[in-house]
Amino acid sequence: MKDFRYIDGAAILKLDQEACIGCGMCATVCPHRIFAVQDKKAAIVDYNACMECGACARNCPVEAIYVNPDDGCGCAALIINSWLSKIRGKPVTGCGC
Amino acid sequence: MPKVGTTLSLRDHLGTVRARVGIARNQYKINPGLYCVGNVAAASPVLVTANYKLSFDALRRELAGIDAWILVADTRGINVWCAAGKGTFCAGEIALQVQRAGLEKIVSHRELILPQFGATGVASRELNKLCGFKGIFGPLRAEDIPRFLDNGKKADEPMRTVTFSLGERLILVPVEIALIWKPFALVLLTLFVLSGIGPDVFSVQASLARGANAAWATVLAILAGAFATPALLPWIPGRQFWLKGVLTGALAGLAYVYGGMDSAGTIEKFGLWFWIVAAASYMAMNFTGATPYTSLSGVEKEMRRGLPVQCVGAAAALVLWIAAPFIS
Repeated sequence: MKDFRYIDGAAILKLDQEACIGCGMCATVCPHRIFAVQDKKAAIVDYNACMECGACARNCPVEAIYVNPDDGCGCAALIINSWLSKIRGKPVTGCGC
Repeated sequence: MPKVGTTLSLRDHLGTVRARVGIARNQYKINPGLYCVGNVAAASPVLVTANYKLSFDALRRELAGIDAWILVADTRGINVWCAAGKGTFCAGEIALQVQRAGLEKIVSHRELILPQFGATGVASRELNKLCGFKGIFGPLRAEDIPRFLDNGKKADEPMRTVTFSLGERLILVPVEIALIWKPFALVLLTLFVLSGIGPDVFSVQASLARGANAAWATVLAILAGAFATPALLPWIPGRQFWLKGVLTGALAGLAYVYGGMDSAGTIEKFGLWFWIVAAASYMAMNFTGATPYTSLSGVEKEMRRGLPVQCVGAAAALVLWIAAPFIS
């Protein structure tokens, strides 16, 4: 999605190219098309387009991809609730969406 | 096995509208299990979806002229992408529905077509181990399924790329607004009480007159943050949503205090302007939860900047609004 760009450098996404077997699943499932398989290894070609949906990591057969594992759709109300829960030391509960 | 149509009835459309405006949206679900469209046979493809009725309808309405099985996972009435994010749309649940339906006795092949949005929750390689069916990822959008099937189950780049068109943004607006009616009612009550405070301790007349000004300002802030910002999203400068909300709020606020209210004094106008900016900024920031391109890390980052600014803006508005009747 080239017409919408979010904050650069914010997403937590790591690819271990040593572990990668070049199966291409990450390139298939990514809804923002940020992976490409080059020379039998996956490469991140558009890191700043990552929205941390986690589809690549979930479908990587060798766990070569790490994405921010925090759950949440990213609405402000949920994040405020999760911050408050952390301050109070209570478990984080989900939102209604 | 229930056979379903590919055209939506009036009742389906009304249900869609109700869900889109947030009425009983969390109960809008269908029974999980196996359904079919067209004249299915053992070789017909199996499409997997969630048991949110809106998702199910969005899928079947695109299947005119296609013979297919539809396997509905129990996601507790949540759409595919959100359920995948929450972990309810997962390989284990799909495998369970495969077994409950006895799918291996019904179809002659061993393949499930999964929505690409489900990849967040479903590791396709796990499906094979759990139920003997291979999962392949179809397109993101149901509208591309006929083309995907015609292409020999190959998805091209546009089918795999998420979009966020004007229509896709506007359809989200009603629910954004409907979900805030509780805090909105609370804010209105507070505004009417605050507006009555003055040199005469409390004036009902001032409460109604000034309160109405503040209430309309709040409505305008919600429209600026939750309607104008999503609608004009790609054209509003900046990337952070709280900043986009500050911009739309500042402009809407200027139009309101200079165009819409002659009865207020300068201090009150400043107060309402700050209030519109702060509230619009918050509403715009909250819209990040509905977009398909904002990362949780990014949203947390912008909230650490935006939330303090919004709090200061709201505090300034409060001080000005309460001080105004004593000064003028």
